[in-house]
Amino acid sequence: MALRSAQVTVAAQDGQALRAPDPVASAPLAVRGVTVSYGEKPAVFSVDATFPAGAMTAIIGPNGAGKSTLLKAALGVIPRLSGEVSVFGQPIETARARIAYVPQRASVDWDFPASVIDVVLMGLYRRIGLLGRLTGAQRAKANACLARVGMSDFADRQIGQLSGGQQQRVFLARALAQDADLYLLDEPFAGVDAATERAIIDVLKSLKADGKAVVCVHHDLATVATYFDHVFLINVRKIAEGPVATTFTGANLNATYGGRLAATHIDQLALADPA
Amino acid sequence: MNPFLDALALNAGYNAALVGIGAAMLGFAAGAAGTFLFLRKRALVSDAVAHATLPGVGLAFILMVALGGDGRNLIGLLLGSAATAGIGLLLVEWIARRTRLSEDAAIGAVLSVFFGFGIVLLTVVQTMSAGRQAGLEGFLLGSTAGMLFQDAVVIAVGGALAVFATWLLRRPMTLVAFDPDYAAALGYNVRRIDLAMMGLVMAVTVIGLKLVGLILIVAMLIIPPVTARFWTESSAYVIWYAGLIGGVSGYVGAALSTTAPAMPTGPIIVLVAASLFLMSLFVAPARGVAAAVIRHRRFQRRVHRRQGLLALSRAEPIHDDFTLRVLRGEGLIRPDGVATANGRALAAKTARDEHRWDIAREIHQDAGLTGRYDGLTPIEQVFTPDEIAEFDRRIGGPRALGSSLGGTA
Repeated sequence: MALRSAQVTVAAQDGQALRAPDPVASAPLAVRGVTVSYGEKPAVFSVDATFPAGAMTAIIGPNGAGKSTLLKAALGVIPRLSGEVSVFGQPIETARARIAYVPQRASVDWDFPASVIDVVLMGLYRRIGLLGRLTGAQRAKANACLARVGMSDFADRQIGQLSGGQQQRVFLARALAQDADLYLLDEPFAGVDAATERAIIDVLKSLKADGKAVVCVHHDLATVATYFDHVFLINVRKIAEGPVATTFTGANLNATYGGRLAATHIDQLALADPA
Repeated sequence: MNPFLDALALNAGYNAALVGIGAAMLGFAAGAAGTFLFLRKRALVSDAVAHATLPGVGLAFILMVALGGDGRNLIGLLLGSAATAGIGLLLVEWIARRTRLSEDAAIGAVLSVFFGFGIVLLTVVQTMSAGRQAGLEGFLLGSTAGMLFQDAVVIAVGGALAVFATWLLRRPMTLVAFDPDYAAALGYNVRRIDLAMMGLVMAVTVIGLKLVGLILIVAMLIIPPVTARFWTESSAYVIWYAGLIGGVSGYVGAALSTTAPAMPTGPIIVLVAASLFLMSLFVAPARGVAAAVIRHRRFQRRVHRRQGLLALSRAEPIHDDFTLRVLRGEGLIRPDGVATANGRALAAKTARDEHRWDIAREIHQDAGLTGRYDGLTPIEQVFTPDEIAEFDRRIGGPRALGSSLGGTA
């Protein structure tokens, strides 16, 4: 199993290298001029962004800055007013199978009649198709994904009985079941316990090591430097993007949060040296 | 034999048998097709769709008479009702999506306007000289008196198609009901799936018009899945349980309505379904009211038992009557309130486990593990024996006593 997935990864990288030499054009996710508006007030305005492979990127910004909106608009979950999205150099419609999305766990009703394994299997629905039957291999795959997030013992548990952290792990397992190359997560660490945060970051780092692209909407500035390689700072418009080492600076944070961050708070963060 | 049993055994005459079978099939189709409406929390849209069938009935009648045909041709009337129901459905969807009005306002507007227009058309129809208009008002509350074989065939074919489509679309509809954003990210067209779901509901509404009537068909779409939800935690099972509950309600309701002359079939079916719902509300395992009360009582007992044992271990007097009853009931104290040997042993273990938990929280800062401390979960279920031995080592004192008690408890 592990061997096979390793081969697939190599093949995918070879494919990219052959298809498109331009790093931006073949990036796992690139958006150009994306604007989203609720009514007349833009939530995301004319944003360009490129999210690299084999790296973890944090999307950072204050509440209402359009972090989640940018993700959803890139995925086509909410309509764009303008802008283009390309996934591995292709239009998103043809590359959907390579994307896994993890929505905010508060966005669904957890009293829904489903067990943990039912939810993980949802990640395979596209592959099963309308008339297909669920195979033993697919069930085993779902169980393996649950094991990766440390939830094997919970497979038959009703989802309403899970804690917040466990709900988040189930959502991550569902995304893993898709075997995607690009992972988009909306606040995966919001309101989870410390053990879950560690379990999630371990999984995300292993995805990164496999050459996948991981993009998280993130709210905890204290962990940015330890968890992520790249940052994308947004407050309706793009403020800055780039490696944590050069972009996660006090000046950029001030520009993003508009002075809403206390100076003492900024001092405590492991910030990059503005070189 | 009694007329109700006759009807259940299909021995109450041709018409009664036809009505019974038709109602059972309709009930099954409505319950299954209504499942995702309920899971998507859009039950009331079906009310707007049902009321929007009425103008179609009137328009179809007028059109067929004008063309020189039979105004009461069932297929024609059903096609007409489906047409205006479809327009009503699209209007609700359009208003909710394109204007600032919410869906409930859209439902209210469409429901009342279409129903009002339908009543006006029926009044016009009554004044027409041509065509045999008698019986059209039966579409409001349903009528079984004139049920024909042809009507049963319409229900059987339409119902079977609706159930098949529900089964076919169960995965996309489950996904859209549970997590529409994720469904959209996977590439499913959420709007089209929602429309398909509402289309199924519309189909069942139209074929059920003649038997149950447009006002009560909503109950047959919603009550069975709501009832089924009490009995299962899996959306796939909700479909079939809801179908079964709907089918039984239809069959039993139709049989009951034959026991007295002029009993309205549709309302009786709805009452049977509602009584199944009430029964489930109380007796269902896990989700039922009775189960919740029992769970609460058990929990209360465990809390009192622990408090009582801790009081015994500290040799404090116990005044709470319920605590005393619990301890006495388990033979942990004598009727005069003095602890028995068994009671003293358990009290010592309870006190020791409290102490162990204190140590456990010091050692394991992991909230996932120590978060399970509620004073009620036995420590042996959370930690392994070697971990507990480590706690005891830190506590010190007479370890032999503690571990031997742990073995007997």
